[in-house]
Amino acid sequence: MHNPQLDRRAFLSSTGALVIGLATPSAWAQKAKPSPNSPNNPDLLADSLDAYLAIDKDGKVDVFYGAIDGGQGLEISIAQMVAEELDVPLSAIHIVLGDTRRTVNMGGASGAQGVSRRGTSLMKAAAQARQILLAEASKTFAVPVSELDVKDGVISPRNDPARRISYAQIIGGKPFRSDVRWNGQWGNPHDIATDAPLKSYKDYRVIGQSPRRIDLPKKVFGEQDFPGDVRLPGMLHARMVRPPVAGAAPVSVDESSIRDIPGARIVHIKDFLAVVAPKEWDAVRALRAVKVTWSESKPEFPTHREVHQHIRKAKVTQRTIERENGNLDEGLTKAVRVISGEYEYPTHSHASMGPGCAVADVTADGATIYTSTQKPHYAADGIADLIGIARDKVHVIWMFGTGSYGRNDQGDATADAAVLSKALGKPVRVQWMREESLGWDPKGTASVNFCKAGIDEKGGVIAYELISRGFSRENVATNEGRAAATLAGQLLGAKPEPKNSFNIPFASYTFPHNRVGWETVAPLMDRASPLRSTHLRDPYGPPILFGSESFMDEIAAAVQMDPVEFRMRYLKHPRDIDAVRIAAEKAGWQKRVSPRKDIDATQDVVEGRGIAYRRHFDTFIAVVAEVRVNRKTGVIEPTRLVCAHDVGLIVNPETLRHVIERQLVYGTGRTTVEELTWNRDMVTSLDWSSYPVLHMEHVPPRIDIHLIERPEAPPSGAAEMALGLVPAAMGNAVFDATGVRLRKVPFTPASVKEALRA
Amino acid sequence: MKTITLQVNGVRHDIAVDDPDMPLLYALRDDLGLNNPRFGCGLGQCGACTVHVDGVPVRSCSLPVSAVGEGKITTLHGLGSREQPHPLQSAWIEEQVNQCGYCINGWLMEGAALLARNPKPTESEARAAFADLICRCGTHNAAVRAVLRASKQA
Repeated sequence: MHNPQLDRRAFLSSTGALVIGLATPSAWAQKAKPSPNSPNNPDLLADSLDAYLAIDKDGKVDVFYGAIDGGQGLEISIAQMVAEELDVPLSAIHIVLGDTRRTVNMGGASGAQGVSRRGTSLMKAAAQARQILLAEASKTFAVPVSELDVKDGVISPRNDPARRISYAQIIGGKPFRSDVRWNGQWGNPHDIATDAPLKSYKDYRVIGQSPRRIDLPKKVFGEQDFPGDVRLPGMLHARMVRPPVAGAAPVSVDESSIRDIPGARIVHIKDFLAVVAPKEWDAVRALRAVKVTWSESKPEFPTHREVHQHIRKAKVTQRTIERENGNLDEGLTKAVRVISGEYEYPTHSHASMGPGCAVADVTADGATIYTSTQKPHYAADGIADLIGIARDKVHVIWMFGTGSYGRNDQGDATADAAVLSKALGKPVRVQWMREESLGWDPKGTASVNFCKAGIDEKGGVIAYELISRGFSRENVATNEGRAAATLAGQLLGAKPEPKNSFNIPFASYTFPHNRVGWETVAPLMDRASPLRSTHLRDPYGPPILFGSESFMDEIAAAVQMDPVEFRMRYLKHPRDIDAVRIAAEKAGWQKRVSPRKDIDATQDVVEGRGIAYRRHFDTFIAVVAEVRVNRKTGVIEPTRLVCAHDVGLIVNPETLRHVIERQLVYGTGRTTVEELTWNRDMVTSLDWSSYPVLHMEHVPPRIDIHLIERPEAPPSGAAEMALGLVPAAMGNAVFDATGVRLRKVPFTPASVKEALRA
Repeated sequence: MKTITLQVNGVRHDIAVDDPDMPLLYALRDDLGLNNPRFGCGLGQCGACTVHVDGVPVRSCSLPVSAVGEGKITTLHGLGSREQPHPLQSAWIEEQVNQCGYCINGWLMEGAALLARNPKPTESEARAAFADLICRCGTHNAAVRAVLRASKQA
């Protein structure tokens, strides 16, 4: 970006003493005290503009994104947002993701808030930076800011465009030393405010375009390293040794059992047990060979087949009513007819493509950690707690890795690596095995939805109740911020700290008497548990919406209304209404009361269509599923999914489409095939055949996505909200085709056949 | 210890092998430092470790290193480069297929092998070629589109 025609006065100004922004450097230095987030970097203060972006001497803009990308290409959207407000070329932007020494804790890949919250914060930072740079140029040129133009990071007086000064000339390599108003929150709630006005969407040139993802070429040409690709001198390879029965602890380990494996060693600290070796394959061999005497443990788990009955019968540990209006009991009393339905959702593993893997290098000087956990800053907190070193000595370097889609096993593997590296005084790479990843990752909870509706004499819904009950979504925390929140910490003696939380998605249906809430039951084990539940992608979506949106259909059928028309009756907000209307229109929705009546009862293969709708944050989505059901075999084929999607402002339409399409495929898997199985002792679905995931033959071959343009509305989230609609949309389509209501996910041929027979 | 010679992306490497049953994956990653093939399951079920041996996709997590013999191994890195991309790599970028990319070795190596044996596959042939691969991000349809795009350019 160096410009040979630079303005001489501009050059002098940019190299002379420069005081920029709202505070002088000396005042700023007094203020600069370490923040808990960045104790070893006083310049990295959450209320400093410099924590969010920096412009170097070549005009490159480093954007400090204090969270991560779970594989959905956030970098390009964030780059577009910053480029838009800063007025620099997209190619000048470089996103720094999740490095705990370079970024403040802006959360993780959670809540699908990468664009809506974190991107918006960075836009505000960019606008302030631009304002400061314009003010400086105004001094240089002695021209009011209102008479300056800025294009591609170069400022000129409007009436004398030959005079130019670049951002790099003004600030290149120097800090802004300017304040932003930080809201005092870390993690997801983190936000900043500034006085710099943001552009109107009408002036956007970069936002709304679809430049390509930044990360993909590296991945496609095999150049992208993940944490497991880090190799440090002297590094040992480790495998964790897990008990065959949940809750069992290693009593003794027969060291002679691995004696013949070169360099293999055992690390046994309290209940924490691992084998290590200089060569990776030798660590695998040691894992297979090691003989361990385990303590007796009788977890007596209710099995996966019994878990819903367990949830029905277990003592409720917390009940929270999220929304209530009118008087439900009164409404039900007034009703001429009350219908009720129960819906069961299974336990899911994150089942990440890559099992947990991390590298830790703990020395006397501190810990350097390479990980793809979805919340790196919290991981740093947790490692400090776990291995007993100061937080400012822990540097977590986040790297691209397997799609996490929730709190998967990456963070637990990271904690394991830190413990081992500290114990051995060498860098350690931990790689979880496949059976360990499915067996021991934190799980998405099973739940039962209890639904009830009171109908008046005109067929209107006057009373509605939805109570969703299951294990807490925080049996184990949604991040690894404390030793007690990691398997390693629990094995080393930290007591688990289960919290009761569940939550319910938004809904916009309005009923005169309405009660929506949740209930939790106690965890199945009070120590390191393979069934500990936490956030799994769209935590409040599929488990609950399967119930609530299937039940909406059930009511529609009971009152003899078309499912779209029925929903429209209870939706008031225009964005809700548009999502449902557009999905139906684009799908060529045939209006009818389900089940369809035009099918020959002797036909084996029948087709139907179903719809499901949700609002989550300010994202409004409806999905129509078309399915083919084989009544003889129970096989359901989703032939087409149609999604109408309103996320507000769309930053990158193509990336958004991709994110929606991919999650609908993923959501289909969580509807039709995925279910964690276990017996009294331990998880039994430990590979890709016993924990089946979606393969090509069951992928909906047609997925039509219709983006609803609302540039005037702030951007909401998109990374997970659509997938939650798949179970209900497909179940409703099966009902339309067969007249049989599916009340249990997954829709396997066996369970569909059973439902059809019933 | 036995010395085994592997021919990878046109280069011969000698490695000292203690256990002839060690899967090829560990030789490639640990001995040769080639990061492309990834550990996904170690069971031959997912495809993340796929390489070509003499042009045929092989799950390197389940092939003993001693069984490779004179076979010529190609990893994703050897399939093409930014300067000389394989047509499927170009199509993969055009279609913006991947999300996290952890599974990418399986899909690109299977897809490239399909195009080598059948330069003009139909959509259902492309789907069949990917039948045994796992992708947790749901890129299946995009991968099929990329194969069809690459076949048009062939």
